[in-house]
Amino acid sequence: MVADLSINIAGLQSPNPFWLASAPPTNSGYQVMRAFEAGWGGAVWKTLTDKPVVNVSSRFGGLRLNGKRMVGFNNIELITDRPLEDNLREIREVKKRFPDRVIVASVMLEPIQEIWNDVFARIEDAGVDGFELNFGCPHGMAERGMGAAIGQHPDLIRQQTEWAKAATNLPVVAKLTPNITDIRHAARAAKEGGADCVSMINTINSLIGVNLDTWDTIPNVDGQGAHGGYCGPAVKPIALHMVADCARDSALGIPISGIGGISTWRDTVEFMLMGATSVQVCTAVMQHGFRIVEDMIEGLNNYLDEKGIASAMDLVGKSVHKYTEWGQLNLNYKVVADIDDDKCINCNKCYISCEDTAHQAIKMVPEPVGSAHPYRLEVDAKACVGCNLCYEVCPVDAITMVPQNTGEPKTTWQDSGVECLLPEVD
Amino acid sequence: MPKSRPAGSNVVENFQEMVSALTPMEAFTEANRCLFCQDAPCTAACPTSVDVPMFIRKISTGNLKGSAKTIMDANPLGASCARICPTEELCVGACVLNELDAPIMIGKLQRYATDYLVQHNIQLYQAGSANQHKIAIVGAGPAGLSAARELALLGYEVTLLDAHEKGGGLNSYAVAPFRLPQAIPLWEVNQILELGVQLKNGVTVGRDITVEELTENYDAVLVAVGMGKIQSLEIPGENLEGVYDALDLIEQTKDGDPTQVHLGAKVVVIGAGNTAIDAATTAKRLGAETVQILYRRTEHEMTAYPFEYDFAKQDGVEFRWLTAPTRVLGTHHVEAVECVRMELGEPDERGRRRPQPVPGSEFTVEVDNVIFAVGQQRRTDVFDDFRLKHSRGVVEVDESFQTSRPGVFAAGDCTFAGGGRNEATVVLAVQQGKQAAAAIHRQVSEKYAAIQGVSKEG
Repeated sequence: MVADLSINIAGLQSPNPFWLASAPPTNSGYQVMRAFEAGWGGAVWKTLTDKPVVNVSSRFGGLRLNGKRMVGFNNIELITDRPLEDNLREIREVKKRFPDRVIVASVMLEPIQEIWNDVFARIEDAGVDGFELNFGCPHGMAERGMGAAIGQHPDLIRQQTEWAKAATNLPVVAKLTPNITDIRHAARAAKEGGADCVSMINTINSLIGVNLDTWDTIPNVDGQGAHGGYCGPAVKPIALHMVADCARDSALGIPISGIGGISTWRDTVEFMLMGATSVQVCTAVMQHGFRIVEDMIEGLNNYLDEKGIASAMDLVGKSVHKYTEWGQLNLNYKVVADIDDDKCINCNKCYISCEDTAHQAIKMVPEPVGSAHPYRLEVDAKACVGCNLCYEVCPVDAITMVPQNTGEPKTTWQDSGVECLLPEVD
Repeated sequence: MPKSRPAGSNVVENFQEMVSALTPMEAFTEANRCLFCQDAPCTAACPTSVDVPMFIRKISTGNLKGSAKTIMDANPLGASCARICPTEELCVGACVLNELDAPIMIGKLQRYATDYLVQHNIQLYQAGSANQHKIAIVGAGPAGLSAARELALLGYEVTLLDAHEKGGGLNSYAVAPFRLPQAIPLWEVNQILELGVQLKNGVTVGRDITVEELTENYDAVLVAVGMGKIQSLEIPGENLEGVYDALDLIEQTKDGDPTQVHLGAKVVVIGAGNTAIDAATTAKRLGAETVQILYRRTEHEMTAYPFEYDFAKQDGVEFRWLTAPTRVLGTHHVEAVECVRMELGEPDERGRRRPQPVPGSEFTVEVDNVIFAVGQQRRTDVFDDFRLKHSRGVVEVDESFQTSRPGVFAAGDCTFAGGGRNEATVVLAVQQGKQAAAAIHRQVSEKYAAIQGVSKEG
């Protein structure tokens, strides 16, 4: 292990980019200590408040896909239901034992600035390294005018971030909700309020399912359900897009902590390349426990070593310039599917996908009697639009999308001079 | 597969179905591994063309009844075939995952789906509205049952005639019960009888009913009589006490109580086909200390499948290649078998090298029982009663399973030339039964359409 995994995000120095998100895994000092023993670089404490809530039973529901559990995950749990003083005592103990790790206090408070001043002071006194403002919790707290109720109004984000900055000199992270149309508005408001960093995404409004026998919602509380917050691997693409959108927003320019479906070092690299400096994990540890961080640390280290990259920080934002508007894409670029007969196992899935749902560009050509396979799959390069469907469907990576030399210069929709019918986002 | 069983171990346990059913989790996990191929090679490799990816997908969604229907639509004996099909030679052998990973356990998944029907005794079908036409089927084995089911769905009044007390043919009597418990084929028979098919048991055509009674009283007759008893080698001592026809031995353990079947400590089985494997493993599971299969050729020529060979070896069966019996020795009861060493000569017409005795190589093996499993007799008696053309014991049929006698069809083992692997399988007999039923339906419909003056085109 050669590469330097340590990161610095908005002045928060962490031995690695792997943090636990503010969620059930960071509910108590006992849990956070176990996480730090396992190797996690930081933890955002389960959202603190001065008036603990009452949580319901049951709380979680998982999306199952083809036998895989928790592909997506939903919760209707609220913020901490433990007294503030208990949490602060435990924060002190953990920080004393693990001074090199980052502890960020997630906070959600009533919209009264005096309360913010008072509670921030008490929390800062416990030794936290920074604050994260929970502007995202989409259920329960939003009905009380907190969480996503703030996060959906840039003015309120700005105001409360200002209150936070006024209450502390420590770094302040604004955690944003994805339950909006364009997250950049929320991020810019946080920056205007003085935020040192934004983190995203909080959970997405969701109903995980309905029981086919009882017709109850999943989860259900005494026969009733309410929308919850969706997270887990299934939300990763949504989170990655929002991180990338903020990272390429020149009006923002503050660091990003990525959250949403991150389960492995591979996910981490993607988020870092798209502009995240640290990542926060919840669902993966809820499913497997804290020790998965061993593979995350080792895998990231080996990746950096193999790529000859000295520091994890060198990954941050390296792919951001490649993420643009559709109107900037080259309309003259063309790829065509190429099927490697040696790898092909003749499941014919590419054929049926293309035939039924794409462009009828793959033909099943009969092979002579006695051949290993009854058909050979052939791509009709003229009919192929290079959509990638066959590549995605192929179970054995037998398909390569090969760039074609069209001889045409790059041209984009924007170049074509057609005017956008909608006013531009400011 | 269970490990080798020590002699004298628990017979009742030894005769339970040896392959355990998949647990729900195993089935779900395995079903989700299936790629759901298009034009799937597993389906192409199945003689009955079961839509394998579809039935597996239905398992993965918990639609077990629908899964079983996909299977049973194509194969009326889908529960039996799930257990005894040589899947490595058929669907499993064709699975695209063979090239990358373990192939899907298609047979076990088929069993999982069809077990759901058996356990809940679900009837998926109902007879078609009666069309007033009557079909007689001689033989209630795989081909006959399959044809009966198809014809009943089309509205025919179907009568099955069988010499045995129970329907099912070899599935009910001649496949070792630890591979296929009798309850499974009997359930399948009952499913078909519930469609209004009549089964006349204990009826031998030519003795209890004449061929003319059948041809006169029915619109068509299907001959699906399968094969007969084990052939005689016509060597001295074949009638001594302690000498068994392999099929009789298996039948005693399958249709009767295996704890009441007693073999000695030392057993030899003559032959190395599917039945020989069943007989040898049956003998081992009955408690024989040593069971040797004597075969006049070598493992390369034997007709037992590789999985059967492995299974026999795991059960502790020994193989003596290039060994042929010349005499069974004993006064009243078998005491020994005299054998001669063989060597392989020129290939025969099927390409198998012809064994020939090595002069002066005779030797004697002391044994308590000899079980013959050297291939079954052809039912030429039946063919002659029907005055059907046949050659080398095989009924001649055209592509419509029509014999030389108009209105008489034939399907299943009695039409197979036999000899090699991948031919005389239950699943192929089932398919032929389906095809013969379709051909009968075509012919009967055309005949009545012609009689009623209705033009086909009209």
